[in-house]
Amino acid sequence: MFAVTAITLLIVMAIALVLAFKGPTLYDRILAVNTFGTKTVLFIAVIGFLSGRPAFLDIAIVYALINFISVIGILRFFEFSSKLPVDEDM
Amino acid sequence: MELIIDILSWIFLVLGSFFCFTGALGLLRFPDFFSRTHAAGVTDTMGAGMILLGLILQAGWGLVMAKLIMILVFSFLASTTACHAMAKAALKSGLRPHTDHDHNAEDSSSKP
Amino acid sequence: MHDLFAVVMLSGIYSLLSASLFLDLDAVDVAFTEASVGAGISTLLFLATLKLVPRHEKESRYKPTLALAVTIATGALLIYGTLDMPHFGDGNAPVHQHVAPRYLNDSMDEIGIPNVVTSVLASYRGYDTLGETLVIFTAGIGVMSLLLVSQRTKDQARKKVPADMQQQVILRVVAKMMIPLILIFALYVQFHGDYSPGGGFQAGVIFAAGIILYTMLFGLSLTQKVFNSKIVELFTALGVLLYGGVGVACLILGGNFLDYDVLRHDAVHGQHLGILLVELGVGITVASVMITLFFKFTWRTVKHKYNQ
Repeated sequence: MFAVTAITLLIVMAIALVLAFKGPTLYDRILAVNTFGTKTVLFIAVIGFLSGRPAFLDIAIVYALINFISVIGILRFFEFSSKLPVDEDM
Repeated sequence: MELIIDILSWIFLVLGSFFCFTGALGLLRFPDFFSRTHAAGVTDTMGAGMILLGLILQAGWGLVMAKLIMILVFSFLASTTACHAMAKAALKSGLRPHTDHDHNAEDSSSKP
Repeated sequence: MHDLFAVVMLSGIYSLLSASLFLDLDAVDVAFTEASVGAGISTLLFLATLKLVPRHEKESRYKPTLALAVTIATGALLIYGTLDMPHFGDGNAPVHQHVAPRYLNDSMDEIGIPNVVTSVLASYRGYDTLGETLVIFTAGIGVMSLLLVSQRTKDQARKKVPADMQQQVILRVVAKMMIPLILIFALYVQFHGDYSPGGGFQAGVIFAAGIILYTMLFGLSLTQKVFNSKIVELFTALGVLLYGGVGVACLILGGNFLDYDVLRHDAVHGQHLGILLVELGVGITVASVMITLFFKFTWRTVKHKYNQ
């Protein structure tokens, strides 16, 4: 039962990699990396159940967090806006 | 009772895999970045939700279930917000959605 | 491949793959650390650096053929050398014969915590872990001394802060909800290291990741009001001091350096207390160093932006 899910998730991860190489714009590649990350989280959870070691769930949580922060980091460091930065009033 | 839970979790897992798979196909086949965000969103919410629900049904009451619920909530919040942030950043940098208007004209997706 | 951005992404994916490899080998603690440090913090620091350098690698003026040949030859010789070694994971291999059975058999009696990795890391090999913490501390000091931030930059930045994602309102609101949970999770990983994979290193990295998320979304000046640079730098030293202090306390109480048996009335309780304090020291140092590194890198990007 878990094997079906695991194989499907592997296929989805492979498709995400194909998108990362193919995608015409930069944002496609960022989206592909994000999807790869979320699918990895699910994959770790399913593999944890498959092999009977629920300790993997901590890693799944950490990886979900890391994936999110990396995508936010990419977006923050690569603003391709043509407008000048707006001043905050602090 | 055990059998019902097993069947339910089997159904959820298969449904979740189905949603993930169709979402991934959509990632490849959609014509434009913004529709691809939608496809990725489907895999992240419906797919992930169903798979995690199936796993929750399999786990007994206890710490494992609590951690799975945490992954579920965090994944819902984080991945949808990340997709939204990406779409907003793309819009701000000039990428425009593929509309029918320029379907016959040249391809209008621009920028890096 | 000359686009450095793609290289950074690929190195992140490489870290993730090696973390999965460790998972496959049943080394959960190592996978934990590799995933959080390699795929998370390293990628962020690389991205911060990329903002300061040109995006494409310059064409190298010579082809490093000789270096490549030497590398391949050395690699081939090393692989040939490993062919003689015992099979991977063989029970009779020398590395599994002397110390490892003693750790595995006696850990529960002598130390009494379920996670053998933590007991080996913090107690049996506590001295090595002190060295590791000192390495992290030294790296932090190195970066602090290389990337000095002048007062002028700070004043300049205080006057005109760029709207770091000011318009990403949804992101800010969601992040505000998530950051407390991330910090609590870091504390959970820190103190649950005795019973499940975790410990000081991973917890420090997760804590730093939460603070870095806040910094990315709300700007450096706002974060400085909560996490003043000077105080964070002080904490890097405090963690190492705590670790060393535990060792010295053991000396004063009559045992060897880092011999936790003498800390309490009972050897097992002494070990528990020692491991707790030592992991706390490690966690504090790692979190502070990561936060300091990120702050320094980001100050540099601010300075770069306004001095162009």
